[in-house]
Amino acid sequence: MDKPYLEIENISKVFGKFVALYDIFLEVYPGEFVCLLGPSGCGKTTLLRIIAGLEKQTTGRVIQAGRDVSRLPPSKRDFGIVFQSYALFPNLTASQNIAYGLQNTRTPQAVIKTRVEELLQMVGLTGMGHKYPAQLSGGQQQRVALARALALSPGLLLLDEPLSALDAKVRASLRGEITQLQKRLGVTTVMVTHDQTEALAMADRIVVMDQGHIVQVGSPREIYQQPLTPFVADFIGVMNTLPGVVLAESGGGTDRSLGLIKCGLQTIAADLDGLPANSFVSVAIRPEDIQVWGLGTQPETALNNLLATTVYGVEFLGTGYRLSLQLQAHPEQMLIADLSANDARQWEIGLGRSLTIQLPPHLLRIFPAQLSGVGSRPTPSRPATPKVIDPS
Amino acid sequence: MIPPTTQPRWLTPRLATNPRPIRQILTAEDWIMRSLLILGVLWLLVGVVFPLWPMIVRSLQDPQGYWVGLANYRTYLSNAALTTSLGNSFYVAIGTTLISVLLAFIYAYGLTRTAMRGKPVFQILAMLPLYIPPLAHAIGLIYLFGNQGIVTTVFFGQLPGWDINLYGANGIILGETLYCFPQALVILTTALSLTDARLYEAAQALRTSPVRTFFTVTLPSIKYGILSAIFVCFTLAFTDFGVPKVVGGNFNVLATDIYKQVIGQQNFAMGATVSVFLLIPTVIAFICDRIVQRRQSALVSARSVPLQPTAKPWLDSLLFSFCTIISLSFMIIFLTIIAASLIKVWPYNFTPSLRHFNFKTTGGGGYGAYWNSVRLSLYTAIFGTILVFISAYLVEKGKGLKWLRSLSYFLSTLPLALPGLVLGLAYVFFFNKPTWNFLLLTVPNPFNFLYGTMTLLVICNIIHFYTVCFLTANTALKQLDQEFEAVSASMSVPFYKTFWRVTVPLCLPTILGIGMYYFVNAMVTVSAIIFLYPANLPLASVAIVNMDDAGDIAAAAAMSTLIVVTSLAVRVLYWLVTRPLEKRTQAWLKRA
Repeated sequence: MDKPYLEIENISKVFGKFVALYDIFLEVYPGEFVCLLGPSGCGKTTLLRIIAGLEKQTTGRVIQAGRDVSRLPPSKRDFGIVFQSYALFPNLTASQNIAYGLQNTRTPQAVIKTRVEELLQMVGLTGMGHKYPAQLSGGQQQRVALARALALSPGLLLLDEPLSALDAKVRASLRGEITQLQKRLGVTTVMVTHDQTEALAMADRIVVMDQGHIVQVGSPREIYQQPLTPFVADFIGVMNTLPGVVLAESGGGTDRSLGLIKCGLQTIAADLDGLPANSFVSVAIRPEDIQVWGLGTQPETALNNLLATTVYGVEFLGTGYRLSLQLQAHPEQMLIADLSANDARQWEIGLGRSLTIQLPPHLLRIFPAQLSGVGSRPTPSRPATPKVIDPS
Repeated sequence: MIPPTTQPRWLTPRLATNPRPIRQILTAEDWIMRSLLILGVLWLLVGVVFPLWPMIVRSLQDPQGYWVGLANYRTYLSNAALTTSLGNSFYVAIGTTLISVLLAFIYAYGLTRTAMRGKPVFQILAMLPLYIPPLAHAIGLIYLFGNQGIVTTVFFGQLPGWDINLYGANGIILGETLYCFPQALVILTTALSLTDARLYEAAQALRTSPVRTFFTVTLPSIKYGILSAIFVCFTLAFTDFGVPKVVGGNFNVLATDIYKQVIGQQNFAMGATVSVFLLIPTVIAFICDRIVQRRQSALVSARSVPLQPTAKPWLDSLLFSFCTIISLSFMIIFLTIIAASLIKVWPYNFTPSLRHFNFKTTGGGGYGAYWNSVRLSLYTAIFGTILVFISAYLVEKGKGLKWLRSLSYFLSTLPLALPGLVLGLAYVFFFNKPTWNFLLLTVPNPFNFLYGTMTLLVICNIIHFYTVCFLTANTALKQLDQEFEAVSASMSVPFYKTFWRVTVPLCLPTILGIGMYYFVNAMVTVSAIIFLYPANLPLASVAIVNMDDAGDIAAAAAMSTLIVVTSLAVRVLYWLVTRPLEKRTQAWLKRA
């Protein structure tokens, strides 16, 4: 597991004047499931197509299984691909679609037949081989496309938004099936998606991309819990941010070990992670990390970062409630907090009620403030040593 | 999110210092694709572009071939008889355009936006004129409105007649309208059916009056369609040769002038000069049409909801009557041609007879000409369809050599701008020349051997109708999944296998449609081949011209009948073959 199967070295792509990818470095390890995640136009699909050879990079190299494939056309590379549209041949049956690549390899008919049956069984479509794509449901078409991509036992499986054409229920069940299949076959997989839940649920490692850059690489947990930039924080899940200025590097919190940040009239204690005094920062917290107290159950005043708020909006999410809270000290500042249905019942959440909330210091993320529109773009550089996830 | 166009400057220099893009190794497959693309472009250069050059050069020479600069143009413009033709051409073209676009618009409105009955029948009847050579229309008109026509004499003098002065502008406009109407109708029906019902629902919800809705929703959404129909009709009427030849009388237009200069006076230089005058407005109309088309494509979104017309009794019956009158007139002219060919001596002896189908005593080539035409049309259909579809495939689905593919696309649209007469004349100049002179070098013309052969006629026909076929194929190919080729490549299946196993079966209805279009047009066309056909290869449509010239109008009607019946038979055959095919393809292409 020490040698990467796929290496992306210094890849950039320029379309006329538009730079789609800036100096991308990425390593994918054997058997790994890597998700390229980002908003539309971030370059993730371009990167996938460059890996496949369907698009030519402007600079840089693609090394697959130790071999530089940069100059090879797609037909000479070793990958299977599933497109968003599946691109199933509509005039061929499911079996014929799956056999399409095999028939070109001088494999005896009997062998092809067994292999197709085996693949159909693998994707759970036994007995459906004689059907045309139009006679299959979206989810079944997706499985055929997957079986076709795996028919030639490629070393690399590429998935280009494979689930986005399906409805929510099918998507969720196929998510699990694809990852299970991938783990069983041990095929190195790169998937492109703009859906963060999909990435969090499926990937061993997520590569977050924004405007042609890799912003962060890490396990789903790392990406979610320790986002490196406000962009990642905001793109993966929901994130509240409060602008502020560092007051002091220490002296905050009950044990005086935390730094202090002035957010308007409030003072917030947080781990500053080395940010100097007087620097502008954003204080960020996930909605589910905000502690909510009703009026009846006042917390001990000794707690850090207590804020008085008013309930501005209540959204029912099925499993719980999402509250929009207005800071009483700063009515223009809103925070979003998630509450379980149980808690909500207990505290009789209603519009206009006063609520005390706490921002637990250890759950806060502090980012240096963005000064201008250049925004969340970091310096393009080799990402911090990619962490390998041991599947065991 | 910040729009991705804002790029920090400090990032670009690194990329700028390494501007050489990575190139992929070319495989055998790539070489096949590239060679085919280059062959395709060469074919279009030889078929479209190169022949125009000697024609333009010829217009700058005197009849003996000496360089005279613009003298021919000066002669032309100072000759009152010739300049009158230019005005006449504009007059009939504009008249035809106004009438046929207006009629076609009302007809198309009836077909698409009302709940009147009999729409499928009206749809079919409106397309009838497409299968009738323009020449035959003119002959039908003579039988109806000519000096001995039924209408003129109103049942042969029993009632006061109605003479519309057929021979001249009236006859030409009438004949051209028949010729242009179906073309305009196709464009306008498409434009009117590509609409979003939600716009009308919104207008209704806002309590907009029907008249205001028509002017604020309907017209704006089809304005490009109307413009396109105008350009197409103008070009057709401006350049057509058949109708003015037969019913023009002393009313000269550019197309008949070219014919007279070349065939009558053997003055090729002046023929070339007049051709340039015919070419210029056509090219302008072509350019306008291309600009309009480009805008049109951005107009309809995939999420549009089709409009279901609701019943409006008075409007429905009004349009029903209108469509009945129009399609009845087509039927009458169609039946007149057939009747005229089956009647002994018009208007004296109405006994049915097949004697006009004998062709022994008339010029034009008789059945030999007919079978030549059938062969020519068949070859045109087969080879034209193969050529058009493969080159459309390479342009749309090929990879690499983007500039060459764009060039090929551009050259493929050019033939639309070339009137048949101009194309034919250009071919005469280009292919008939035994040697070419480059500076001081004289080389034999490598294409000279084609001159006077069936092959050249086939090539000429293929090019003449190339654009419509190419664009049809292009549209069909665009509708296929963009990633078929990528998926095949990922399985190392070469493009030609996927082309054969997937693309062709999926596009089969379109391919057959192109074949039929080629066949019918090659059957009825006169303009492109009239200068080009060799004496030993008489053709049916040209025979009509010659018979009419010789006064054998009944024989001309008989030959027209043969052509019409053949074209319709092919149409019916096409329908029989494609109906089950269409069903299957639709089932394939339907998204589950």
